Amino acid sequence: MYSENTNQRYQRQILLKEFGEAAQNKLGQAKVLVIGAGGLGCPALQYLAAAGVGTIGIIDFDTIDLSNLQRQVLYSTHDIGKSKVDTAILKLKALNPEIQVNGFPIRITNQNALELVRNYDLVIDGTDNFPTRYLINDACVLLNKPLVYGAVLRFEGQVGVLNLADPITNIKTNYRDLFPEPPDASSAPSCHEVGVLGVLPGIIGLMQATEAIKIITGIGKPLYNKIVSYNALENTFYDFQISSTQKSRKLIPFDELSFSNFNYEWFCNGSSNAPEISVEEFDALRVSELITIIDVREKGELPTVLEFPCKNLPLGELETFLPTLNTVNKIVLFCKSGSRSVKALKIVKAKFPHSEAFSLAGGIEAWKKYNFKMTS
Amino acid sequence: MEITILVFGQIKEITGIAAWQISGIKSTEELAAKLVMQFPELALMKYAMAVNKILIQTDTELNENDTVALLPPFSGG
Repeated sequence: MYSENTNQRYQRQILLKEFGEAAQNKLGQAKVLVIGAGGLGCPALQYLAAAGVGTIGIIDFDTIDLSNLQRQVLYSTHDIGKSKVDTAILKLKALNPEIQVNGFPIRITNQNALELVRNYDLVIDGTDNFPTRYLINDACVLLNKPLVYGAVLRFEGQVGVLNLADPITNIKTNYRDLFPEPPDASSAPSCHEVGVLGVLPGIIGLMQATEAIKIITGIGKPLYNKIVSYNALENTFYDFQISSTQKSRKLIPFDELSFSNFNYEWFCNGSSNAPEISVEEFDALRVSELITIIDVREKGELPTVLEFPCKNLPLGELETFLPTLNTVNKIVLFCKSGSRSVKALKIVKAKFPHSEAFSLAGGIEAWKKYNFKMTS
Repeated sequence: MEITILVFGQIKEITGIAAWQISGIKSTEELAAKLVMQFPELALMKYAMAVNKILIQTDTELNENDTVALLPPFSGG
């Protein structure tokens, strides 16, 4: 069924008896989305294109910088300043004109992620920040797409296959089973801050491409429910078996609408300017850390809240109680529908400008409605 | 009772060494508390903890010759 050229192009892998024409056909029909065309994305893209993955999508909003070229070997010095996506498409099409390459020179967000991921069979995470990593994980969980995870820093890298059930145990895990809570920015620096050995994303990105090829073709054993940590200085590998947790299920938005309302920047950085948090963010926060919750309604106002511990400090009396307020933990204020708690928030912020305080958007009514929907 | 501790990424930056043995520790929570006493900066770190390569979510009993690994999240790409 192949043209002579096609056969010749892929001859070395078709020759593998475990691979053959059947696996080559599967690659040709596969659609892989690579998010981030940087250190991890470049090597993954090059080898996936070379191997004949039929449709490749690339998402990256960035342009090529001189400091990228030490590891992003898809690009050349004369490409500096150009769009990564546009440049990657040209180079990949030159490498293999038989495949389809779709470029998205945009930032992936909670507004467009589902639409983008939905059209592909498998996602490769080559991004460089936590908000996007949690966002991609949740999108893949909601849409039931396998996610090949990779990350690097200094001389170490991590690779793993998430959201793909082990065919024997039927267990499926995701990034939030591994790291339920994002780290503080200060304890998890970026490559931009502390550097990375250029070959390292090459190695990890190629392991991601290898896992993608294994998943698509069905050869070998993908790294289901596992993260492998690689140390380039010692040339050692260490693997971690991930278990499915109750906590991760509570943290992931339960449907597409709650996904589009979940503020990932806020979840990871905690200090976004938005003084309001959604019910989804509130629940994620309650699960992940100790917070102070204040009910600013009048005493005895309905609905009664028994689901989580909170203090009742009616708006009119709030100022009197302020000196006793613990501002070490994050504070969430709520009322019936979310307007009195905004006023209360202003009072708290005026007294404690550095406190991390939020008003629950939509109030306890929105929260009850959301949680009733979840359990019904 | 001796157990081996392995640390990765930023945690190794804090501890200065990648692997060592300690004794007299009976559970993972006791270990975590002991490590924070020894390396206060660890209190601010988020990490996944594995006993004999299996990630744990709750306090887990430690036995002779167990290996506990601490893996922090990375974001670089």
